[in-house]
Amino acid sequence: MEITRKDLLGIEDISMEEIETFLTTAESLKEISERAIKKVPYLRGKTVANLFFEPSTRTLASFSLAEKRLSADSFNLSSSSSSVLKGETLLDTVRNLEAMKVDFVVIRHSMSGAPHFIAKRLTASVINAGDGTHEHPTQALLDLLSLKEKFGSLKGKKIVIVGDIMHSRVARSNIWGLKKMGAEVSVCGPPTLIPYKIEKMGVKVYYDLNEAIEDKDVIYVLRIQKERQTGGLLPSLREYIELYGITPEKLKKAKKDVIIMHPGPINRGVELDPRVADGKHSIILGQVTNGVAVRMAVLYLLSGGKSGDVS
Amino acid sequence: MSHNGRYILKNGRVIDPLQGLDEVTDILVENGRISGIGQFNKKDAEVINIKGLIVSPGFIDMHTHLREPGREDEETIKTGTKAAAKGGFTGVAAMANTYPVIDNSGMVKFITETAQKDGYVDVFPIGAVTKGQKGEELTEMSDMVKAGCCAFSDDGNPIENSHIMRKALEYSKVVNKVIIAHEEDKSLSDDGEMNEDFISTKLGLRGIPPIAESVMVARDAAILGFTGGKLHIAHLSTLESLEVVREVKKKKLNITAEVTPHHISLDSSHLVSFDSNLKMKPPLRTKSDIKALKKGLKEGIIDVIATDHAPHALFEKEMEFGSAPFGIVGLETALGIVYTELVKTGILTLTELIEKLSVNPAKILGIGERSLKKGNNAYITIFDPKKEWVVDKKIFVSKCANTPFDGYKLTCKPVMTIRKGDIVFREGKFYKK
Repeated sequence: MEITRKDLLGIEDISMEEIETFLTTAESLKEISERAIKKVPYLRGKTVANLFFEPSTRTLASFSLAEKRLSADSFNLSSSSSSVLKGETLLDTVRNLEAMKVDFVVIRHSMSGAPHFIAKRLTASVINAGDGTHEHPTQALLDLLSLKEKFGSLKGKKIVIVGDIMHSRVARSNIWGLKKMGAEVSVCGPPTLIPYKIEKMGVKVYYDLNEAIEDKDVIYVLRIQKERQTGGLLPSLREYIELYGITPEKLKKAKKDVIIMHPGPINRGVELDPRVADGKHSIILGQVTNGVAVRMAVLYLLSGGKSGDVS
Repeated sequence: MSHNGRYILKNGRVIDPLQGLDEVTDILVENGRISGIGQFNKKDAEVINIKGLIVSPGFIDMHTHLREPGREDEETIKTGTKAAAKGGFTGVAAMANTYPVIDNSGMVKFITETAQKDGYVDVFPIGAVTKGQKGEELTEMSDMVKAGCCAFSDDGNPIENSHIMRKALEYSKVVNKVIIAHEEDKSLSDDGEMNEDFISTKLGLRGIPPIAESVMVARDAAILGFTGGKLHIAHLSTLESLEVVREVKKKKLNITAEVTPHHISLDSSHLVSFDSNLKMKPPLRTKSDIKALKKGLKEGIIDVIATDHAPHALFEKEMEFGSAPFGIVGLETALGIVYTELVKTGILTLTELIEKLSVNPAKILGIGERSLKKGNNAYITIFDPKKEWVVDKKIFVSKCANTPFDGYKLTCKPVMTIRKGDIVFREGKFYKK
C-alpha cells in the first residue's frame, strides 16, 4: 500500500495496511545499517529538523542516524538551545523553521497534541517522536517490527504491557498497533496508574502481575518514573518493585519462551531485574536496532518513496 | 433611530412568561417604557413591522467576562456589551476576575461609570467574594452593593476554604445578594485539561474528573442548609451536580443553577481535534451529562442559561492544547445554540427558554423584573426563530473569536435589542446614545 499522508502523528489513525507498509519497508532498509558504508541517497537534498522539547537519548540518536543514513541534512534543536526559553511560542518556532524551507519536523513535546497542532499549520511533514502521554508512533512501529521478526504474524499472540499505563505514550501507541495486527492485548499495573476506562481500547486489565503474565507470549515492561510516589500514585517504589517488578522468580510462572521488551531507558532493579533485562528472554537491544530501520522507513515513505523501490 | 422615543412594535408574537402571555399583538413603547400591549393607532409613532418574529422581555447574561480593566486587548466594556447587544442581551452581569479584581466599591464604580459611558447594554457588576479572589478575607459587600454590585462571586476560582464559604453565605444575608459559586475541587482537577473519560485516556490529556465539580456542589449545598443565604451554581456541567441541586431544591433551600450553551451542545469526543477552542472550565463532559442537563432544564432544576463569555487573545489561545487558557466566547452564538438544541428539538417551549434567558437571571440577580407589563422599562429582545444561519467568527464584534462553533449551522437569531426603549441593535447595526 502507498503511504499518501503528510504526517505520522499516531498509530490510532493509521490503517493495518499502512503499518504493514512501514514494516516491510523497514525490513528492506534494515540491511543498510549492516553495511560497511551505511548510507543511501534516498533523502538527499531533504532537510530534517529534530525538535526535542523533552530530554531524549535513544529516540533522538535513532532519528539522527536514520536521517544521516538516508543522506538527509538534519539538525537538532532541544528546548535548552531553542528560543522557547526566550518566550517564543511553539508555533513561531516551527514557522521559522518552515521559512528556512525544512521538509520534515520531527517533534518530541511534553504536551499531548503538540505535533497535531503544528501539523495542521505547516506544509512540512511532521513526525511525532512522542507527545505528552498520548502517542509515540515510531516506538510502536519498531516494537511491531521486533515482534514480527520473532513471530511472523501477531495474530492471536498474547501481550501484556506492565507498569505506568496512565503516563505512557508507548502503551497507547502499542495498544493501537498490536490490536490492529490482531494481537490480544492486556495491561497490568496498580489501579492508580491505569487510566480511566482503558478497557474501551479493547484491552483486558490486570492488577495482579502473576495472573497477568501466566499465559502471555510477550511481557512489555514500561519504565516507572520515580516521582510517581510523590503524586500520591504509589505508596513506595519498594512496594511497586515487590508487586510489579519483573524478576526471574516471577518469570517462573510465565511461559518458558516468553519475550521481554522495554522501550528504554531501563530503571535497572526497579521495573526490571538486571538478570531479566540481560537474560535470554530479552529482545530489548534488538528493539533499539529496529528503531533506526523503522525511522528510515517512515522518513522515506513520507517523503514520497515507494515501498517496492527499496532494494 | 429616528423614532422620537415613541414607536409601535407591530404584529410580533409577544411572549411574556410573567404575564402568561403568548399572542400576536402590538407593543407601544414611549419614553423608554412599555406604554401598552394591544392595538394602537398613534400617528406620531413609528411603526416597526415585526411579523413572524418573537418579542421577549430582554435577555440577561448573568455570566460574562468583560476583561476590563486589565485585558482591554481581549475585550472592553464597550466591545463586550456590543457583542451582548448582537446576541439579544439587554444586560450582562460582569464577573469580578479582572485585573485588578472588582473587590471594593471604587472598582465597582469604575465598572458602572464606564458602562454608563461605553455600554451598549446594561452592565451589572458582580463583586468578588474575597479580597483579590484569594479565598481568604471577605470583601466589603455592603459598600460594594451601594456602589451598584448585584451579586458576589470568585468565579474563575473556587472558594476552596469551607469556612470562608460558610462566612460568605452568612455575611451575604446583610445585603441579601446571591453568592455565585465556581465549583471545583482543585485537588481533584489539579492540572487537568479536559473531562476525565475514555477520550482523555485515549488522547493522553490530563483529566478533570466530574467529581471535582460535584463534591464542591455537595459541600456548598450542605453549608447552605446550615447557614441559609442564596447560592447560585455557575456553569453546572455534570449529572452528579445536577442530582445534588435537585435534592437541595426539594428542601426549599435558596439554590439556583445555570448551564452554558456549550455544555449542552458539545461533548468531550470533539477534543480529538486538540482544538484549544474546546478547552474551558468546567470541561466539556459526556453525552450522558448533556442528556441529564437538558432534562434538568426542562424540569426546572436548572434555572438559567448563561454564556460564561470568556474572550482570550488569539496569540494565547493558538497554542498547543496544554498551554492554552481555559474559556470561549459565547454572547454572539448563545441564542442560536440553545434554540437549536432545546427548542427546535422540542425539549423546551419558547416560554421556558425565555424564562431561562430573561426572567430567572433577573430575579436571581435582583435587578428588577423582566416583563413587558405596562409601565415597565422597555427591555425587549426580538428574535427570528426561523432564521437559519452559519456562525462566522470573522464577523464577531467581540474582540476575540475563540469559539468552537465557527461554521456551525444554527437556527434562530436575534433581530433587535432594546434597552430602556432605545434600540441598540437592529438587523446588524448598532446604535448608542
